[in-house]
Amino acid sequence: MSTTATTGEGEHHHGPAKGIGRWLFATNHKDIGSMYLWTALFLFMLGGAFAMVFRMELFQPGLQLLEPEWFNRMFTMHGLVMVFGAVMPAWVGFANWQIPLMVGAPDMAMPRMNLLSFWLLPTAMLVMVSTFFMDGNAPAFGWTFYAPLSTTFAPDTTDFFIFGVHLLGISSIMGAINVIVTIVNLRAPGMTLMKMPLFVWTWLITAFLLIAVMPVLAGVVTMMLTDRNFGTAFFDASGGGDPLMFQHIFWFFGHPEVYIMILPAFGVVSEIIPTFARKRLFGYESMVYATGAIAFLSFIVWGHHMFATGMPLAGELYFMYATMLIAVPTGVKVFNWVATMWRGSMTFETPMLFAIGFVFLFTIGGLTGLMMAMGPADMQYHSTYFIVAHFHYVLVPGAVFSLMAGVYYWLPKWCGNMYDERLGKIHFWISAISVNVLFFPMHFVGLAGMPRRVPDYPLQFADFNAIISIGGFVYGLSQLLFVYIVIKAIRSGEPATDQVWEGAKGLEWQMPSPAPFHTHTTPPHVD
Amino acid sequence: MSVNGKWMVQQLGKPLASLGALLVALGAPQVALAEWEVNLTRGVTDISRSVYDIHMILFWICVVIGTGVFAVMIYSIFKHRKSQGFVPAKFHHSTSVEIAWTVIPTVLLIVMAIPATVAMIELEDNSKSDMTIQVTGFQWKWQYKYLGEDLSFFSNLSEASRDQVRSDQPDAENFLLDVDKHLVIPAGKKVRFLITSNDVIHSWWVPDFGWKQDAIPGFINEAWTRVDEPGIYRGQCTELCGVDHGYMPIVVEVKPQADYDAWMVEQKAAAEAAEASGDREWAMDELIAKGEKVYMTYCVACHQANGQGIPPAFPPIAGGPIATGPIEGHLDQAMNGVPGTAMQAFAAQLNDVDLAAVVTYQRNAFGNDMGDMVQPATVKAAR
Repeated sequence: MSTTATTGEGEHHHGPAKGIGRWLFATNHKDIGSMYLWTALFLFMLGGAFAMVFRMELFQPGLQLLEPEWFNRMFTMHGLVMVFGAVMPAWVGFANWQIPLMVGAPDMAMPRMNLLSFWLLPTAMLVMVSTFFMDGNAPAFGWTFYAPLSTTFAPDTTDFFIFGVHLLGISSIMGAINVIVTIVNLRAPGMTLMKMPLFVWTWLITAFLLIAVMPVLAGVVTMMLTDRNFGTAFFDASGGGDPLMFQHIFWFFGHPEVYIMILPAFGVVSEIIPTFARKRLFGYESMVYATGAIAFLSFIVWGHHMFATGMPLAGELYFMYATMLIAVPTGVKVFNWVATMWRGSMTFETPMLFAIGFVFLFTIGGLTGLMMAMGPADMQYHSTYFIVAHFHYVLVPGAVFSLMAGVYYWLPKWCGNMYDERLGKIHFWISAISVNVLFFPMHFVGLAGMPRRVPDYPLQFADFNAIISIGGFVYGLSQLLFVYIVIKAIRSGEPATDQVWEGAKGLEWQMPSPAPFHTHTTPPHVD
Repeated sequence: MSVNGKWMVQQLGKPLASLGALLVALGAPQVALAEWEVNLTRGVTDISRSVYDIHMILFWICVVIGTGVFAVMIYSIFKHRKSQGFVPAKFHHSTSVEIAWTVIPTVLLIVMAIPATVAMIELEDNSKSDMTIQVTGFQWKWQYKYLGEDLSFFSNLSEASRDQVRSDQPDAENFLLDVDKHLVIPAGKKVRFLITSNDVIHSWWVPDFGWKQDAIPGFINEAWTRVDEPGIYRGQCTELCGVDHGYMPIVVEVKPQADYDAWMVEQKAAAEAAEASGDREWAMDELIAKGEKVYMTYCVACHQANGQGIPPAFPPIAGGPIATGPIEGHLDQAMNGVPGTAMQAFAAQLNDVDLAAVVTYQRNAFGNDMGDMVQPATVKAAR
């Protein structure tokens, strides 16, 4: 492997290609990372726009803006775009930029495959979004696309959706292989596994999750495809098939999928809190083991999404106990972050604010998760806004806040300029307040009995829904401020120092800002 | 695109005005206004009450854990900051603390698992029921069949709610939570439900009973309830089932045994009378009047009140090739549906009179002046 690590060295060293070719044929991990991040940011805005459209409809009872089928399309595309287009690609963007820098590698292990996995992403999203302009229109069966609503009862455009999912799956698997090979083979001398930054650890584990479950997703959509077009009956009861099997397969993918979105977040927060507390991460080893434990548990708890499907008692009890176990390693992580802050010497720059916001609000999402692990209680919570509140707490002030934290943290290294700290803080406070106005009342309406995925609701839920919508508009629009801050930093920010943050430690902070086009051409030595 | 301006202003003001009410409501849940309901219902069955208790225990455990973690964090945030001149400590590891915060939550979880297991077992105990009702989900209504009683009927969104679906300010009583025909069960009896579906997956949920159960085509799920308190309990479908997922509520009326028995006799008589009314010749006016009612209940969700449908998924009736084509074909389609599309087979859902009436109505409404009609006897013969 040492040959791979040194090929970039020497006099034929060159900078980026000129013009559009730099991006179309990019093989540099930094360029590909940037493309992933910009794509994810664009799709985050698009997915957010879908959400604002249906939140506008839900602002008051009665139907004013959307027919029910448009409402269904909006929340379906919101979920699909946010999960597959925004959060996952954003993490791949971080992986591309940061993993080679942090482990001392010159690039990702397979740069051309990296390029292919990137370009499949916009292609897949185009395939999915193009259904809006077709006869039969966009998918309207929710991001979980339960059969038979998505098979026998879905429009022809569903085949486009299936094709899009296949492309996304190929893209993710290739990205994951790249991450694993890079981490396993291209670490700098002395960078043992247990010296790796926690962000690298969480991504390594995430990559294994991706390789394990994306083929399962591909399998389930392929079964849909043959059910829809070639006369099979995997999910069609009238043909001897089993609609419930769809849910088992889907959630065998779906539960690890939610950890795919949150494990890198744990990694980012575990980088940021020690930097701004000026104190080593508390319990590094237990963080690594807890991440592994969460990843393992994610494979054996899928049935908790299915408590109301009529599983046998033994199944319900098993999935209940297994799910409760997740609270233990997750708790360890939260306690470790708090212990890292404890008796540190903290400052509160924007990345730290978002990281602390993450710990607070992710904990709320984790605790409601514990509540719904209880089978009998979940018989009430299931498929209500209480669930919507739960998974948005772990995904928005969870995953998305940590993405924001990560961008503010590493942006100076990426572009060489500081962002506007004052605006960053304003962005944090508007986001932190509005996100709670948006998602906290969902707990209330959910417990009081409002089902999810309904275009309209009984009158007693009107007031809370109006508040939720207002929170949603403020949160959504305030993300435009983020876009502005990023562009402003790139164009006209103050030049950043190499270390950027006083307490920052790690290989990426020992190189110039912005990081040169080729880095670690000679592997650094880690003590 | 008509959002009521005045209403919006009221809505914007309300949150502030009601914040006080909310705090009061949190302090004393008994006086909570329905509008500001923030908690799970305690319900009216033993199961729903034990679910509620589990929910509240968990809630308070989460509050304690959350408060503890947040208190330490907040203290640390204010105390251990550089601006206070705080010098960072060097520790980064403590085996005893780490073991403690692994073991304590584990013990806590085991303690919480006990009541949850007990409730789960009780929830799944479908034995020794006094009667059985088959619940079948349809897009977008529920069918209730009293097994062994020769009584079955559909329960649709009420007309009052249906009329206001596109209203700017719906104000119907129990808007979206009312149906044309209640499911009636006797008080104090263990009622077993066999839940299934005719098309996609639905889910049958009455919060006051403490559970929901999916209705899955090809599966028959069991669930049960025993309600001692007569009353009317409302719920909704809780699994996305297509366009009108939000418009298939559930209303269960619990009657004392004597009232229930009387109701049963009455229902059977009414069903017989409806059946018998198909034996006579119906006049055009009668059929159209009846047909409009049937249309507004069974057809309107897809084909719309103006008969325009929502193409391409739901073709128009107004000027449509079926409704203006041969009458036999029209009746055939209404009775047998169109496989592979959203058009259901209504032969099993509607009686002879209703089918005759609705076909006649469709042929003579929305500008379809066909002038012909179908007699109930024709439908009977076509079955």
